[in-house]
Order: sequence, then structure tokens, then C-alpha cells
Amino acid sequence: MKDRYDKYLEDREKYFDRVVRLGRRDFVKAAGAAAAAAIASSRLLPHSFQPVDVVNAAAPERSFRFAYVSDSHLYERTLNERFVRAILKAVDDVNALTPPPDFVLYGGDLAQLGQPAELGEGAEILKALKPKVRMMVGEHDWYLDMGEQWRTLFGKDVYSFDHKGVHFVVLNSVIVEDYWTGPKLTPMERMQAMAQLDNPNGRPFTVGDAQRDWLASDLAKVKPETPVIVFSHSPLYKIYKAWNFWTDDAEQVQKILSPFKTMTVIHGHTHQMLSNRIGNIHFHGMLSTAWPWPYAPQGLPKLTVRMNRSDPFDELDGCGDGTVDVFGNGRVDKQYNSWSRNPVRVSAAYLESDGATDPPARESDVNY
Amino acid sequence: MRTLATKSLAIGAALAAALAIPAVRAAETTVSLCDGESVMSIPGLKPGQVLPPDEARRVAVDMMQLWRKSQGETRWAAWTKEAEAARPEPAAAEEKQPTKFTARDQMLWKLEEKKWVEDGYKAFHNSKALGGTIGISCDMCHPDATNTHPETYPKFQTQLKKVALLRDQINWCIENPLKGKPLPDGDPALRAVEAYILSARKGVALEPGKH
Repeated sequence: MKDRYDKYLEDREKYFDRVVRLGRRDFVKAAGAAAAAAIASSRLLPHSFQPVDVVNAAAPERSFRFAYVSDSHLYERTLNERFVRAILKAVDDVNALTPPPDFVLYGGDLAQLGQPAELGEGAEILKALKPKVRMMVGEHDWYLDMGEQWRTLFGKDVYSFDHKGVHFVVLNSVIVEDYWTGPKLTPMERMQAMAQLDNPNGRPFTVGDAQRDWLASDLAKVKPETPVIVFSHSPLYKIYKAWNFWTDDAEQVQKILSPFKTMTVIHGHTHQMLSNRIGNIHFHGMLSTAWPWPYAPQGLPKLTVRMNRSDPFDELDGCGDGTVDVFGNGRVDKQYNSWSRNPVRVSAAYLESDGATDPPARESDVNY
Repeated sequence: MRTLATKSLAIGAALAAALAIPAVRAAETTVSLCDGESVMSIPGLKPGQVLPPDEARRVAVDMMQLWRKSQGETRWAAWTKEAEAARPEPAAAEEKQPTKFTARDQMLWKLEEKKWVEDGYKAFHNSKALGGTIGISCDMCHPDATNTHPETYPKFQTQLKKVALLRDQINWCIENPLKGKPLPDGDPALRAVEAYILSARKGVALEPGKH
């Protein structure tokens, strides 16, 4: 049986749900009505609730929320427990979210060297996630057997789905030209070459012709006013080629995405807070559960508020997971749940205003 | 006494022409020039014998004279002029002290240093070379040795509770993220990694003590 306090919480939820949809003038009316109702039922709302939501009264209503976990780089547990501990922490984080997220995006690089045992271990761990999991592939999952094992475990690497009025697309943006057949690299040598971020002999990531054609035809079925969220492992813009913080055909992909009024791209690979806006496309990076990368020496978008350099003495620092709040208008707020630190929110308003409003807190402890 | 000849000048010229080989006198060695035509014999030099250096140098000069003669003085003069023109102007004579180190010395130093840095690069990018046991290598957190800031050492490392040099921090990384055993100061792999990190930060101003 619901006690008095449960009832109170329920009413409170309903009340604030209504309040955030209201404009300022309507809010005054609603607040008056709520106060009147509270008085009528002889339960006065605690005074402190009201001013908090006056601030949010103009914000659009949150339609739903999803969570992300990314870049866990798992070795077999017997070799390396640290990365296993980290992804388990992310699983706990997501399972503890209230209300639970509608689904979880896994952002790629589940394995470190694409080994079946690494991918299998990852798949087992991700089964513990209560919400539905949507998988994306990264280069560390792909280049031992060109994605064979990954596809056996998780299905298609390129697909789309619709959720509560938003069209979602998952890409495989880690395609590189064949540089292994000529020098006769073994699958393991190819994997290790791809796994080295600063490999001077590497090749740039691409989405590629075939997938761009698929993307164009997939989006042809979507109305331009429908909000679209694209997941890619590499950022779909160009930061720093030497580390593949880069997609070589990014401009061509952006051209396919640009007709959509509300377009968001969420990517992994970079293991850090990254924000960007190109035209109407908003870009957000994801944190890694395993380790943070330093910021690239060049190409950082001006809207990026960097995260503080991480403390090497704290194995969780700079790592984490996060959530994405999708609003009724299709725009998103991106929350970086950075372990050992306060979470950082990069809001749609911040990107929309080109950094003029609602900036995330600046870092105090810069990289050098 | 040596014999100079622009064409085969020896006994059996007809035979030599028929066989398309220079005629050879007994107990003589014949050398041919790079024009493919002129031949010069060195009397008294038996097959298998080696000329003393001074004698050999004189033979070389004679060969050059023979060739010069075969080409004609006009062409020779033209080539000489061309070669003179192509020779770079000597730099304005700035008075410099003599040095005992040659360009070859400098090249050797560079090669030796490069080798050391390359050894360091390899160890930095290998999860086992420094004794790591869990698959983690330095480059996984420090691509291109970024965020190693060797220019800030020595500094008081709060977490180590002491003043640390770069190699102390490398050793901390070997012990902790890499789960290996710290290496002694003189360890070649440790020294090589230090060399690689420092070389990657070439040109950055030293700022010991910076945090």
C-alpha cells in the first residue's frame, strides 16, 4: 500500500513534469494552482522545490534518456583485470540509473586485440546490463578477423532503428584501405598495427563508398524534420590524422547528414570529452572505461571544453561512462559521468548558441 | 718503359681485330679505358702481380692523359670550363677555428643517438619489453609520448611523496599500470625509453618543478 510519502513523491513528479513544459507566465499560474491544490489537500510543497524549476521552466521536456558505455579494450580477465573491473563499474552505473535508460549504446572497442575470448568476455559482461544494448564496432574489435567474430556475437555492424520519434543510425566508421596484403601481414600483425594509435604507417578511417550509399538511402526514408542521432566509432569530422581522431570522408558524410534539421553524432575512439558543431550537426565524444587519451596536439574544435588531465595514480580518473538526454525537439544534452570527478553536462543550448550560453565548467589542470 | 696507344698497338693486330680483343704481349698486362676503345699495356707486370701504390698512381695519370688525347683538346677545354662553372662558390671565408671532429663523426653521433631513441620507441610500444605483465604499454596512455612532460622534472611528485626524476615516474608506470618490476637506474631499456621520451619533446623549454 502506498503511504503518504509515496503519494507525495508521485504528485511531485507529475507537478514538475508539467512545470518544465510551461512558459514563464504559465508557470506562475501552474505554481499557484499547485499551491492551491497542496493547501486543499493540506500538504504544502517544500518551498525549496519551486525556484529550482523556475530556471527549467523554459527548457524543453525530456523525451527519453539513453546511456552509453564505450572503449573498454578488454584483454582476457586472466591477463588483465583492470579493464574488466572498469567495464563492470560502468555496468553497475547504468543499472543504477533511475529512471532506467531506454537503452544502452556500446560505443566500440570492446576488445583490445579482437580475440574471440576478449569479445566473448565482453559479450558476457554486457549481458548484465538491464536495458537493451545497441552495439557499435571499433577497430580493436574488427581487424583480427575483419569483424567475423564480432558479427557472430552481435549481428550487423551497420544498421538503423527508430525510438520514440528519433531515427538512430549505427555506422562502422573504422574502414581503412588494405595495407596488409602487400607486405603479407598476419591477421595478428594487422590487428596490432591497427591497435597502435600513433602508428606512423597507419591509414585513415573512412565510412567508405558502400556505407555512404547505404546511409543516403536509409535517410531518404526519413523526413528532414525528424530528429536523427548517428553513432560512429571515430568522430565524423577531422581532428588529428596521425591518431585517427579523424574520418577521411567526413565531409561527404556530413553532406548526407546536413539536410536534417536536428542531427547529432555521438562517437567513441577519442576517450575524452569532445564537443563540436558543424552547421546544424552537433557532435559529442564518449569517455572510455579503460583509459583517457591525451588531447591531440592540433585540430581541437573550439566548442570543446577539455577535461582536466588525468591523475595517473588513480586508475579510474578520466575514465567513465555517461548518459544522453533526448528532448522533445530532438536535441540532446550529453552527460559525461567521469569517475573520480564531478559529472559534466554539455547541453544542447551550449552547442546551439555556439558557446554563448550554458558553457560547461572549464578545466583548471590543463594538458601539456 | 710504357707504351701508349690509341688503338691496339701490338703484335698480331690483325688477329686481335678479328677476335675483337686487344692484343697482348707476353708477360705484359693490358688495361682498357672506359671509352671502350683505348688500350694501354703495362710492360713487366705479370698477371697476378700487384703494382706498388706510387707506380699505380702514375699509371692512372697516364691513362687520363691517353683519354684526354683521344678526345681532343677542344672538347677537353670545354668540359673543364663546364666543371669549373658547376663548382659551387666557396662560402665567404669566415675565419673558423679548426676542429678535430669531421662530418663523419657527426654522422656517427646521429646514427648512434637514433638507434637509442628507436630502441626506446620499441620498448615504449611493447607491453612486455619493460617487464609489463598485463598487456599495457606506455603508448596506450601516451601516444607519441604526449602527456609525459619530461621537461617538468625534477619535481616534487605528491603521490610519490618525494622529488622525482623522469625515470622515477617511468618506473612508477612500469610498476603500476604495466604491473612489472621497477628497473635499476642503469637498465638499458629504462635509459632507452627515457631517451625516446626526451627526443619526442625536443625543443620544449625546460621547466623543472612545473606541475
